[in-house]
Amino acid sequence: MNAWNIVILAAVICVALKTVGYIVPERAFSHPTVARIASLLTVALLSALIAVQTFGAGQSIQIDARLPAVLVAGVLYALKVPFVVVVIAAAAVAALIRAVT
Amino acid sequence: MMTERTPAETAALRNGLAVGLATAVYGVSFGALATLSGLDVWQTCFLSLVMFTGGSQFALIGVLASGGLAAGPAAITSAALLGTRNVFYSIRMAPIVGPGFFKRAAAAQLTIDESTAVAIAQPTLAAQRMGFWVTGIAIYLGWNLTTLIGALIGDLIGDVSAYGLDAAAAAAFLGLLWPRLKERQTQAVAVAAALVATLLTPVLVPGLPVLVAAGVAIVVGGFNILGRKGTPDAAPGGNAEAT
Repeated sequence: MNAWNIVILAAVICVALKTVGYIVPERAFSHPTVARIASLLTVALLSALIAVQTFGAGQSIQIDARLPAVLVAGVLYALKVPFVVVVIAAAAVAALIRAVT
Repeated sequence: MMTERTPAETAALRNGLAVGLATAVYGVSFGALATLSGLDVWQTCFLSLVMFTGGSQFALIGVLASGGLAAGPAAITSAALLGTRNVFYSIRMAPIVGPGFFKRAAAAQLTIDESTAVAIAQPTLAAQRMGFWVTGIAIYLGWNLTTLIGALIGDLIGDVSAYGLDAAAAAAFLGLLWPRLKERQTQAVAVAAALVATLLTPVLVPGLPVLVAAGVAIVVGGFNILGRKGTPDAAPGGNAEAT
């Protein structure tokens, strides 16, 4: 699978998902369990991605400068610092730790 | 050409523009991270133009960054699963947008967290419509412009870890997750999913741990563990300003 195949296929699926509600009658999705799983799915995936991005190194776990950077990001989000500032701050923390150690 | 705007519509317009601007800015982080994950500038811009749903875009490049092209199927599945919430947004938006093939086709492309959140926060139908279109169009234009800028920057820098940009990716996901962590149930799912993904990383090929961790949502949601009674709102997890 080359990069274009991946990009195009993923984009087409995501666009198709967005059009469902404009085509399908609302009743099909009214079950509360379905709605609940859909909303929790977002949370589970984002959280899993954070974990993998923070600890993963190929097929192994590694604790390094990324962990303190993510912790700083968490504190900044709690203080309601804007998204872009937090992302830059996290990068800076990791870069700084790597420069020092 | 049009009748006077009501105060509610004016408020929706302002609200939409503010959220649009704020969201568009972080297209820079997406653009930079996407090129650093191995995509070229065109592929990066294609994602923002066509896929146009931030969570899925970040998920796709996140999995590709850790697993390379071999993780393609897992990357696509992660993006698709994160995109399922747009199904619920589109159901919610359909009656607000109203009939008309081309109008609905355009609305579908603009159906994302922020446009839905701004729309449903408005008091009248006209204001909801205004909020949806203004937010959606503002983000679409801004997000694509800043993606291009970020992609060009990312293309220039090269080595990811020297600049701490691998940590920036995790911080970006945390920013998308943060506004959703208000309830006990979502907090529990977040912790459990992170644990499952971390523990499975040494065991499974890159990309798969994230997908297995998604199963936590199905188990917790299916049995409504730690949940409240009643129908959950199909609205975006947080208020739009928080993202």
